[in-house]
Amino acid sequence: MATIEERFDAIVVGAGPAGNAAAYTMAKAGLKVLQLERGEYPGSKNVQGAILYADALEKIIPDFREDAPLERHVIEQRIWMMDDTSHTGMHYRSEDFNEEKPNRYTIIRAQFDRWFSSKVREAGGIVLCETTVAELVKDTKGHVIGVLTDRHGGPLLADVVVMAEGVNGLVGQRAGLRDELKPQAVALAVKEMHFLPQEVVESRFNLSGDAGVVIEAMGAVSKGMVGTGFLYTNRESISVGIGCIVEDLAKSGVTPYSLLDQFKAHPSIAPLIAGAEVKEYAAHLIPEGGFRSMPAIYGGGWVVTGDAAHLVNSVHREGSNLAMTSGRIAAETIIWLKRRREPCSFDNLAEYRKRLEASFVLKDMRKYQKIPGLLHNNRQLLNLYPRMLSGVAQSWLRVDGKAKRSKETEIFKAVRKQRGLVGLVADGLRLARAWR
Amino acid sequence: MSTQGTRIEEKLYQNRYVVDAGKPHIKVRDHDIPSPALKSLVTACPASCYSLNEQGRVEIVADGCMECGTCRVVCAATGEVEWNYPRGGYGVLFKFG
Ligand SMILES: Cc1cc2nc3c(=O)[nH]c(=O)nc-3n(C[C@H](O)[C@H](O)[C@H](O)COP(=O)(O)OP(=O)(O)OC[C@H]3O[C@@H](n4cnc5c(N)ncnc54)[C@H](O)[C@@H]3O)c2cc1C
Repeated sequence: MATIEERFDAIVVGAGPAGNAAAYTMAKAGLKVLQLERGEYPGSKNVQGAILYADALEKIIPDFREDAPLERHVIEQRIWMMDDTSHTGMHYRSEDFNEEKPNRYTIIRAQFDRWFSSKVREAGGIVLCETTVAELVKDTKGHVIGVLTDRHGGPLLADVVVMAEGVNGLVGQRAGLRDELKPQAVALAVKEMHFLPQEVVESRFNLSGDAGVVIEAMGAVSKGMVGTGFLYTNRESISVGIGCIVEDLAKSGVTPYSLLDQFKAHPSIAPLIAGAEVKEYAAHLIPEGGFRSMPAIYGGGWVVTGDAAHLVNSVHREGSNLAMTSGRIAAETIIWLKRRREPCSFDNLAEYRKRLEASFVLKDMRKYQKIPGLLHNNRQLLNLYPRMLSGVAQSWLRVDGKAKRSKETEIFKAVRKQRGLVGLVADGLRLARAWR
Repeated sequence: MSTQGTRIEEKLYQNRYVVDAGKPHIKVRDHDIPSPALKSLVTACPASCYSLNEQGRVEIVADGCMECGTCRVVCAATGEVEWNYPRGGYGVLFKFG
């Protein structure tokens, strides 16, 4: 077994967006950084839709567009509310998104993470793959001083350990720093990569050049569970997936892969992926419990970033940007302490939390803290309403010799029958209150 | 498309794995009667690693495992699933993710 005698300024656990952002930022500032990743290469264990939000990466690597593996910049967003045979859509497409520095891109995570990791190495960080961190090492006072891995005999020591280990977060959990995930606070997502010639992708979605379309779908596709489906265009492939809250899934008796296959077979989705060659099937958890499921994010000698800190804004489908931003802010806090020659103690690392509170990360997490509970207790919001909308649209659009006034009365009656006036108003109020 | 029609084996066949032969990273604790949580893994596992044997016990073959963690989360309260990451470099290897 190899031994590493040196002592590091920081050890980073994990090479996803959070870990790479942290390791890059610290290495670039001249800190001695060791990053450990259990996969054969960075990205080999990671799954995302995936939409990359440029702003978060730009704040770390301003010229990332020059060589990052980007698929398409997003010019059109579709939100589909689905019943079994229809979708009611809200689409927004704008030429303004064809800009010099686009705001959102589709990416392929295994490739993107590899690229990001190459930047960490260029900045001087040491990256060791195929190395699983088994546990944290603490001194007699409980202060974290390093890690034990499955590859090195002795402990690897550092002034601070940045946990960027993703949703499962076993390292922190087993050190007693946070609890096991709750089945109602995580979603399981399954996803497939569908390959098609570039021209076919472009003609099916009315695209040219590097422009792309993303679709978020809810309603009947999640079979009464809290969940959403997605379909994103890449250069010559389409990512299709669906995710549901684990508690709902376990109770339902529905298999994740049949849920995915039924989503793919929906008449609104099937033609978009027809004839494609499927090259991969992936599964991954998403922390969706929101602000109220967040664990402690700092302590003596340690900080937690990204999914391990439960930093996902499920309303806006944002995770990687919160991961990168929390990784960057954790790194900046550590650099700041180093420069002041102050230790990474519990008190000093409170600065990380303070800075995160001042950023969009915790502001957004706080804003939507009631949403997971709302959906948990009001599944009709995701299931009844899409069906109702479809019913309304269909009777409105069918021309069948009925007078418009009696049609309106009919529609109104049907809606009241499905939810009742009180229910409708209550749902509206509940949503508004949770949203505020 | 029917639920039964889904062939999970075909989906997993696309994926790449480096199997750590003889060292399964997930184990089901010995039991006589599985809890409802443990039983639910027969359907909830996205790689269909869990099955019910003739004695009514739940078994796992973790070769197709994508290391998502769902089974560990579902059975956290009952402690019937012992879950670890595979050794560094082993397990699933996503080309795209
Ligand atoms: C299907 C799906 C779709 C999504 N879509 C989007 C989207 O469109 N946009 C968006 O912004 N977000 C999206 N997300 C969320 C986003 O993927 C995550 O928020 C983001 O990946 C979190 O980054 P992270 O670095 O915290 O964790 P991860 O990306 O999970 O990285 C953790 C890393 O740590 C490594 N690791 C774990 N434990 C150890 C250990 N003990 N030792 C060594 N290494 C270890 C892992 O191998 C991994 O490389 C999606 C997620 C899923 C599952």
